[in-house]
Amino acid sequence: MTIAISLKDLRKVYANGTEALKGISLDVEQGDFFALLGPNGAGKTTIIGIISTLVNKTAGNVEVFDKRVDTHIYETKLDLGVVPQEINFSQFEKVQDIVMTQAGYYGLPRKLASQRCEKYLRKLGLWEKRSERSRSLSGGMKRRLMIARALVHEPRLLILDEPTAGVDIELRRSMWEFLTEMNNKGTTIILTTHYLEEAEQLCRNIAIIDDGEIIENTSMKSLLADLDSQVFILDSATEIPAQLNLDLPNISLYRIDGHSFEVTVTGDQSINEVFSRLDQQGVKVNSMRNKTNRLEQLFLARLRDN
Amino acid sequence: MFANHKLIAFETIVIKEVRRFSRIWLQTLVPPVIMITLYFVIFGNMVGRRIGEMGGFQYMEFIVPGLIMMSVIQNSYSNVVSSFFSHKFQRSIEELLVSPVPNYVILTGFIAGGMARGLAVGAIVTVTAMFFTDLSIQYPLLTIAVILLTSIVFSLAGFINAVFANSFDDISIIPTFVLTPLIYLGGVFYSSQLLPPFWRIVSGLNPIFYMVNTFRYGILGSSDVNIYWAFLILGVFIVVLYSSCIWLLRRGTGIRS
Repeated sequence: MTIAISLKDLRKVYANGTEALKGISLDVEQGDFFALLGPNGAGKTTIIGIISTLVNKTAGNVEVFDKRVDTHIYETKLDLGVVPQEINFSQFEKVQDIVMTQAGYYGLPRKLASQRCEKYLRKLGLWEKRSERSRSLSGGMKRRLMIARALVHEPRLLILDEPTAGVDIELRRSMWEFLTEMNNKGTTIILTTHYLEEAEQLCRNIAIIDDGEIIENTSMKSLLADLDSQVFILDSATEIPAQLNLDLPNISLYRIDGHSFEVTVTGDQSINEVFSRLDQQGVKVNSMRNKTNRLEQLFLARLRDN
Repeated sequence: MFANHKLIAFETIVIKEVRRFSRIWLQTLVPPVIMITLYFVIFGNMVGRRIGEMGGFQYMEFIVPGLIMMSVIQNSYSNVVSSFFSHKFQRSIEELLVSPVPNYVILTGFIAGGMARGLAVGAIVTVTAMFFTDLSIQYPLLTIAVILLTSIVFSLAGFINAVFANSFDDISIIPTFVLTPLIYLGGVFYSSQLLPPFWRIVSGLNPIFYMVNTFRYGILGSSDVNIYWAFLILGVFIVVLYSSCIWLLRRGTGIRS
């Protein structure tokens, strides 16, 4: 399997003495949808900065599709598309000009650039806005514009640094669909996000970074398999008895109010048994939801352990 | 990156730069023309009539080359410094830095943008000057060469200023406190023959003095300096400033963490 990106013992000490990365090593396979998670200041954006050459590394090595970023500057950059965390295009330029200019930087002839520009602006729902100045776009549109701009040279590796931050849920879901489609067509995607639900939904593999170090690097499936308990909130149409007892192993109950309660399910215990016991006691459940996102639970646990 | 890709990237930067200063033409193209027209009216016409001749020419004729050169210097410099700093400020410089455009293409693109504005304003000022005096160019090739080289020098200088600038104040300090005095003391309004020997030597340390006088030689056929010496100075400045810009870009000074 080809490695899309390989980081070896990557270190970064900023001029003010802050040690942002303490020897990060990480491989992301071609075709992967990879999540890079971590709290604020963990070093995610520094990693992306080093890969995209916006940040000078202190030590270590970065390879993109088996080519060192230091020595194969042009080849590696052609393979790379970056969507940064903060808006970084001119607020005075028109939408179409921003994408066309980026295509020009990659040496795309005008006709091809124009076709690609239309293709990605249409895909991201910005074609109708092409003649408007970028400052007039909404926050979500600006983020989509940065994605269109990063894709115009059709890179094999796309890195997105919190692309859905501040974007409403409907738009976020349409961006998920778009990114999934890109990944299905073969683009390797690395995503940093604060929405853990997003990482769980989209990504196959995950690395958790904290204080400049990788504290977990595994598949999403095996990470979630580590989760030994889940907490659900159940709402009942009928009044819940004050002394509700299910008498089930690995199940604990906490009554929130007269119509809702928390159920903690541990190990392999099936939730179906909870429903049948509740039914026997005359409690009719009309809705159920996870108290916290499963990945969020794990994420916080890993950070605590670290 | 192949040569044709580099050429496309270069064209892209230049088109973007020209589009930028054309879009804000009221700030970039009109003010220099108004200022220079006032110079023509006040110094050239009203004051100049009382002065009479300077360096063997009517005062209006004498100041025209200096005023054209002044507008080229100021506009080449300010285009690059404001554009590159604005890219830094808005972080849109990152678009360029993550792309495979080589440093020398980035630099050449910005320099070409600075030259485009400097020469555009220079051309407008020249046309304006024709309303005030008869303008005939004695040595056209020399005139074009010196104005192009001067424009390159000050575009490069503007680039270095922008690289180090951290605020909008930083991009106006050098033009206000260094460039403007050097231009005014560079023989735009007077001949160095009028100066006492000591101040004539001091003028010789001002590079703009050579540029203005060489340009004046191209237009009027008269100069206070040795033309070969002036071209040598221009050449040295271009090599030193260009090398410094490339070194700064390679280091990532002011643009990479």
